[in-house]
Amino acid sequence: DASVSWIEQQPLPYPSDALEPYISKETVEQHWGVHQNIHVERLNGMIGGSEWEGMSLGQMMLSSFNEGREAPHPPFFHAAQIWNHDFYWRSMQPGGGGKPPERLLKFINRDFGSYDGMIRQFMDAASTQFGSGWVWLCYKTSKLPHVKSRSPIPSDNYGRLVISKSPNAINPLVWGHSPLLAIDLWEDRRSDYVSTFLEKLVSWETVESRLKKAVQRAVERDEYVSTKHIRKQLLARAKSRIRAMPQQVNGDAREQTSGQEKSLGV
Amino acid sequence: NLIVVRQDRFSMLLVFTTDALEPYISKRTVELHWGKHQQDYVDSLNKQLATSMFYGYTLEELIKEAYNNGNPLPEYNNAAQVWNHHFFWESMQPEGGGSPGRGVLQQIEKDFGSFTNFREEFIRSALSLLGSGWVWLVLKRKERKFSVVHTQNAISPLALGDINNSIPSINLCDDIPCPLLLQPLINLDLWEHAYYLDYKDDRRMYVTNFIDHLVSWDTVTLRMMRAEAFVNLGEPNIPVA
Repeated sequence: DASVSWIEQQPLPYPSDALEPYISKETVEQHWGVHQNIHVERLNGMIGGSEWEGMSLGQMMLSSFNEGREAPHPPFFHAAQIWNHDFYWRSMQPGGGGKPPERLLKFINRDFGSYDGMIRQFMDAASTQFGSGWVWLCYKTSKLPHVKSRSPIPSDNYGRLVISKSPNAINPLVWGHSPLLAIDLWEDRRSDYVSTFLEKLVSWETVESRLKKAVQRAVERDEYVSTKHIRKQLLARAKSRIRAMPQQVNGDAREQTSGQEKSLGV
Repeated sequence: NLIVVRQDRFSMLLVFTTDALEPYISKRTVELHWGKHQQDYVDSLNKQLATSMFYGYTLEELIKEAYNNGNPLPEYNNAAQVWNHHFFWESMQPEGGGSPGRGVLQQIEKDFGSFTNFREEFIRSALSLLGSGWVWLVLKRKERKFSVVHTQNAISPLALGDINNSIPSINLCDDIPCPLLLQPLINLDLWEHAYYLDYKDDRRMYVTNFIDHLVSWDTVTLRMMRAEAFVNLGEPNIPVA
């Protein structure tokens, strides 16, 4: 049924003229009201009756990406574009810009040297993105267990802020990065658009709260993963010991095993 | 009325005035597209060539070589975009559109069933391209037939040789036999800078107007005649003495 809206478009977090004079009401109405809406309609048109129809936008985006080894499944492009746009609108606020809050600034100074260093990297990424795409500020969380696609910023240097650009609809979540800030480079790639975005529109408060959540999620997940991992290891050792038991007839071997047990900290 | 901008290495040429394609493509769009975007590609390419191993190549050679079997070198994007744009402007003429010349029409009817089918196919291909890129009518040399394809970003059919069957590429100029497998006949720019000012998100209207009012079938006839020097599109017809 084409009339069912599986995915509904999120409302803008502010009135359409709130970003003036930097982004005009007309541009917002076209970009949010027409351009993003086309993605919502196309997506709803293609997922009805399929395995995707009950999923949330994020789930759909991650699972239709197809790990980047093959072409993504059809819903990916529209699902990711809707997600990216919602995220983009919420990366801005009227009267935004200025200096980031202290806590965020500490991260920025640590990972980019300085605020200006970050802006420079941002501008570089924006001006070298070829074709359509996005520029992102992300918190590089350790790799999600279900993410198999390769990060464009390999190295195991996790727990840092990174700037990346992505072609077309790609969202850094598929690489296991937690996005904090997005700039749409689809219609307008002029450098003054990017600098206006960073100076006048970006909501550093939002970025900071996203960072806080990303760090928290990473800590929770890594702890969970590592406990699970240790438990699994211990279980495997215990099982192999039980299997070995009937053959062990002399007591020496049994003593050895219990010695091993102690060294494992069981 | 010819407008010529000369660069030190590769030049740009627009074969009509900037307002000649109105109302389908506005003067403002042409000025921005040709005068700014394409100029940027030319400038960056010339800048790269000052220190590049590709200095002295023809643009076609450069595209083929820099594509590097799908692992493009830095020069590729700029070179291909310069070529694609030039080819694009030449694919249009004021008061274009309408019906193709007889030879082209026959081939279209042979390979697509009818001109209407071709038109639909061209529009469908353009609308199904995600993101930036180009849609092309090409002559597949091996299969000896027309086909509609679209390519992402700067990918040009010139570069898409058959890797398994790679013959050392020497010269990809139109008038010298070469291992060119896809001979482009028409291209349409589907980067947003090409239509966004005039059409916003209505890509369908842009593509339809291109096919109905802008495409230069005269150019296509010329390009096909050149291609026919290397590809036999009909049954072999050898005159008996």
